[in-house]
Amino acid sequence: MVSKTLNAPNGYKVRISLKTALGEDAYEWNQSEMFFFQATMAFAMRRHFQMETYNVDNIILCVQTSRVSFWFVVTSPDNTTMLIPKADVEKAVRMSRHRINNAFLLSDRTLEFLGIYPTLAAPVNPDTPPWLIVFGVVIGAVCVGIIALLISSLLQKRRKEKGMTEDGQDEEDMQVKGVENGINLDGTYNRGFTDDDRFTKL
Amino acid sequence: MRFPKLPNLGLGDRIPSHQELERMEKEEAGDRPKWDNKTQYMLTCVGFCVGLGNVWRFPYLCQSHGGGAFMIPFLILLVLEGIPLLHLEFAIGQRLRSGSVGVWTAINPYLTGVGIASLLVSFLVGMYYNTIIAWVMWYFFNSFQNPLPWSQCPVNANLTDLVSECTRSSPVDYFWYRDTLNTSTSIGDSGGLQWWMVLCLLCAWLLLYVCCLRGIATTGKAVYVTSTLPYVVLTIFLIRGLTLKGSLDGIKFLFTPDLNELMNPSTWLDAGAQVFYSFSLAFGGLISFSSYNSVHNNCEQDAVIISIINGFTSVYSATVIYSIIGFRATERFDDCLEGNILALLNAFNLAEGSIKEGNYAESLQNLNGTFPETIQSLDLKTCDLQTFLSQGVEGTGLAFIVFTEAITKMPVSPLWSILFFIMLFCLGLSTMFGSIEGTVVPLQDLNIFPKRWPKEAITGIVCLVSFVIALIFAQSSGNYWLALFDSFAGSIPLLVIAFCEMIAVVYIYGIDRFNKDIEFMIGHKPNLFWQVTWRFVSPLIVLVIFVFYFVTKVSSNVTYIAWNPSSEDFPTLEVLEYPAWIYVIIFILAGVPSLVVPGTAIFKLIRRCCSNKNVYGAEVDTVSAKVQMFTTKMS
Repeated sequence: MVSKTLNAPNGYKVRISLKTALGEDAYEWNQSEMFFFQATMAFAMRRHFQMETYNVDNIILCVQTSRVSFWFVVTSPDNTTMLIPKADVEKAVRMSRHRINNAFLLSDRTLEFLGIYPTLAAPVNPDTPPWLIVFGVVIGAVCVGIIALLISSLLQKRRKEKGMTEDGQDEEDMQVKGVENGINLDGTYNRGFTDDDRFTKL
Repeated sequence: MRFPKLPNLGLGDRIPSHQELERMEKEEAGDRPKWDNKTQYMLTCVGFCVGLGNVWRFPYLCQSHGGGAFMIPFLILLVLEGIPLLHLEFAIGQRLRSGSVGVWTAINPYLTGVGIASLLVSFLVGMYYNTIIAWVMWYFFNSFQNPLPWSQCPVNANLTDLVSECTRSSPVDYFWYRDTLNTSTSIGDSGGLQWWMVLCLLCAWLLLYVCCLRGIATTGKAVYVTSTLPYVVLTIFLIRGLTLKGSLDGIKFLFTPDLNELMNPSTWLDAGAQVFYSFSLAFGGLISFSSYNSVHNNCEQDAVIISIINGFTSVYSATVIYSIIGFRATERFDDCLEGNILALLNAFNLAEGSIKEGNYAESLQNLNGTFPETIQSLDLKTCDLQTFLSQGVEGTGLAFIVFTEAITKMPVSPLWSILFFIMLFCLGLSTMFGSIEGTVVPLQDLNIFPKRWPKEAITGIVCLVSFVIALIFAQSSGNYWLALFDSFAGSIPLLVIAFCEMIAVVYIYGIDRFNKDIEFMIGHKPNLFWQVTWRFVSPLIVLVIFVFYFVTKVSSNVTYIAWNPSSEDFPTLEVLEYPAWIYVIIFILAGVPSLVVPGTAIFKLIRRCCSNKNVYGAEVDTVSAKVQMFTTKMS
């Protein structure tokens, strides 16, 4: 049951995880699927080398397990005893990786070619990092708020100062009219008895 | 029987009498700011008390000190320590109608140091607290993208592989330590200012300034949002959390009581310290806020209500946090197990689905029996749910590492991220309002700035100076500086100040006079509970906590943890010792505010002896009225 490390310098081990990828919709892996795999690999080799001579027979499979995993090697179409070097197979697989994955409804993670690492997606670098945009909005709003509040404080102060000089005069007039207990007294108010100094200063 | 108190001459001349208070109340004399309504006052106090500590310190303490059993020391100390101190600060502020410096100077001119210490602590704590808010804002700004930047490792420069620092730790760790802090390997290595952090810090201080511009006129409006929004978000998270797998495991883990922990003295100490710091006592902000109340406001009721709200918020947020942590732990456990199962399937070429979670242990045993060497070579990880749950972290680790990771596993992650960081932001900002109040009002009372300078200018200067000094935290080593400030500026001095406050009110102001004041203000004398706690229980508790803290800090080797990618145990944080020159900084942070209390008294004593002036010259001035009775500028 344990897979022995094959002495296959030009072969690749393939591991397929159908249940992980498709869950309930997972199809059964049988000999027809293996045939499909051979055909896909032949297609990949044809595409890479641009030689239309590769055929299903050139893809040799072995050590199939229930995992599902197996090894494969590629023979040259001209000479079936000669194996295509590992590096060339890798290039072919990399070129058509997307097509191979889609053929089986799988992904880089669920259809693994052990030894061929998936190329990482190039990072998407936006011109302005998104955080700067939000930062700009917030700080703009805050600055507007500060300026608005400071201006309104200044205006309030000026209004108060204006209001106080006017109010002062009104109060004096009220006293002169002599409003006492809410009753308007007729007659002139004698300023001599105004209660200016309630407390005697020492 | 009159309770013993220290001699305190001239007290009656320094403080407004009851009749004057009544008169001021009726005439609405004076230009002291007032609350628009009771709701504003309550929301401001709740906001000040409820802060980041409720969300990220209390849950950790709860979980690490025996879960549900921790409630017992917490609630006991809440009642014996928290509520009495809170009532004391509210009452004294409402009675003497002044900020912290004004109140203590009025009680006795030699006590000005207590107010100055409060000022220094508010200033220092405000500085580093706002930096945490800057960090929260950085994460908030970065939440407006899908996928979230901390959900996956970035690709390295030549696009061959993911960045190694990230793959060895985790995407969230990498984003926090590298992208956010760009942390250096030790506190001595400053590493220069990180421009993005400076921008966030600027934003945080400007935002604080716009809210505190006119004192409670502006903060009073802001608290309608900042004090209520966290509860809304917590509820949303609770509902979301309960629908996630594993959340109930988290809540069960949090509250499972382990009564043996109650025998451990450190449980009680941590509970006491948590109650104390959670109430934002001794900052001076609460005294200031309650001084804007009407004289007959029921401060006793307020103290009880706010304490209950604070306690409830701690428990509620602990529940929410641990429901999400439970979800994260379960996800991690599932991933760990899946990884192991996959390794087994691959190594033995077994069909998929032959090993599942249910029969994992059994299958592993079988395989180990037949092929032990292969199993060894696989290097399987041990997956234990309890370990993942107790990876309960606290502080910034909880918010920026653990919780952010949990968020990435939830569908529609950016939305949850935005909500979470808005909540943290509101929690922090409402606490900052109290901090700024505790800094600006004493500065005004001490007449450091000319009187005619408007409040806007003074607040602006405070914010500017704090921002400039807080640039320390925007360096590469900023994280270590912040941890330093957190351990020393916000711990020992507060305990000293609180102890002095209680002694001052009970023994120098006189508990009998204080009782009469409260009777005048709220209509009935404080009952036996308050008498016992104010006179003996609360000061004793604070003293005990202080002694233990002091002894622990002094006797232990002061160390800090650092992120060092080239260390052996990476990604575990490296434990380093502080360099020698840090002790100077520690003394400035913890020693100076504490020593200011006796220092100012001695300074005033010397000044009085030298100038030989009669300190109580007020007697001559008070014959003509409308005097300096309401201001407390003595000697």
